[in-house]
Amino acid sequence: MTEQEVIELIDSSLAEEFELEREAMTPEANIYEDLGLDSLDTVDMVIVLEGAFKFKIREEEAVRGIRTLGDIHRFVLSKMEQQS
Amino acid sequence: MSLTSVVITGIGVISPLGNNYETLVEQLFRGSSGIAELPSLRAVGGLRSRLAATVKDVDAKQIPRKHRRSMSDMSVYAYLASLQALTMADFPQEQLGSGELGVTIGSTLGSTATSEGFFQDYFKDYSLERMKSGLFFQLMGHSCAANVAQSLGITGRVMALSAACATSCQAIGYAYEQIAFGKQQAILCGGADELHPLTVATFDVLHAASTAWNDSPDQAPGPFDQRRDGVVCGEGSGVFLLESRDSAQRRGAAILAEVVGFATTSDTSSIANPDVGAMERCMRLALADADLTPADIDYINAHATGTGQGDIAEAEALRTIFSDTVPVSSLKGHLGHTMAASGAIELAASVGMLKQQRLFATRNLVQIDERCRGIQHLQHNEERPVSTILKNNFAMGGINCTIIIRSHARD
Repeated sequence: MTEQEVIELIDSSLAEEFELEREAMTPEANIYEDLGLDSLDTVDMVIVLEGAFKFKIREEEAVRGIRTLGDIHRFVLSKMEQQS
Repeated sequence: MSLTSVVITGIGVISPLGNNYETLVEQLFRGSSGIAELPSLRAVGGLRSRLAATVKDVDAKQIPRKHRRSMSDMSVYAYLASLQALTMADFPQEQLGSGELGVTIGSTLGSTATSEGFFQDYFKDYSLERMKSGLFFQLMGHSCAANVAQSLGITGRVMALSAACATSCQAIGYAYEQIAFGKQQAILCGGADELHPLTVATFDVLHAASTAWNDSPDQAPGPFDQRRDGVVCGEGSGVFLLESRDSAQRRGAAILAEVVGFATTSDTSSIANPDVGAMERCMRLALADADLTPADIDYINAHATGTGQGDIAEAEALRTIFSDTVPVSSLKGHLGHTMAASGAIELAASVGMLKQQRLFATRNLVQIDERCRGIQHLQHNEERPVSTILKNNFAMGGINCTIIIRSHARD
């Protein structure tokens, strides 16, 4: 997958799960303040990403530091790079 | 019991015959049937009954995602019915979180559909890694009550009764008692259920589900009728806003009717089969609670689901108390058996009869079973004065329940 394809899969998966407007999904968007997610949503976000990319991230410390959509993009891209 | 008077100021309905109180009452007056063959039941091995009374055109998306994510269909129905009841009552938004408003809404089970979905995935590899955060909130026994309280910001007492077919009758009765005792000013009360093949199978394995009318759905069920062959299962929600009379009058709310009597008892003769004496005892206790005699009752809304034994037992209990002096009908011929919602939906219809001074007949009652005779069956709608109504619900597990309402104008 290209970097753009990874980002598109992240955004489309999250948009579907959390019924987000794609226009609001900028890399700078804070997932809590701007996209309206909460602690229950972050549990589901991990499951959605694990399902989309077939990796395990639930126990990863870096997940807890995610604040923006851009953080998710970078985290997933880094994870994909480690796996390749 | 006569402590604080308790009145009905709001009614919400999601039913097989329409998704609000007014439509339900209109469709019942017309004699409509909410029953159809459900194609998905054909695929269930061993299931003989293919009829169901499902709700239509419910738009769950109108509920904000953060509330909806913890709801299965039954909680969606309960939420929408609750919102309707509050709107009809013109209940002040600022009082939702006052602690003076409670919720008493029950269901037969937590969501079976959600449970099925979880286990289908779980059995692939016995992994819990795909389990989402909302699962438990749909499975828990108090899913409807908790979801209604959470989504509407209601901070008073929350109680989730579960008594199968008597659930919402009990919920309304216990809410009436809590308000009468001054523990809450108002309570949203009732029940909800969502149809799943397991619901139909529960009755089918006991030979208590209708199987002979799969190709002519509107002919079933036939409460008290000689040709009846069992229950048609349904779904929906009925929710009442009960309120102390003082509270309702203080804020100038329109009062639809008054709750004046309630009884619920346990029939220990069998967990599945009804006992005439136990039914009779429950009705007599409700009459005593209301300080009324059988002669004071103008109409009886029967539980009668269209089963062989249940209808005979209820008819015999009614005959013992009322002989043939009081009109009786069951609305299961129109609505099927909406399970935990049935008590509230049918009581909503009873309020409609009270307001219209018009009684709705038992649909599909053509030839009265000899063993159900001796009571005054309504085979045609009738216009007549009616001010006091007795309503029964009898549930598997030996739970009996009777509630009595009357017109507020009588006081």
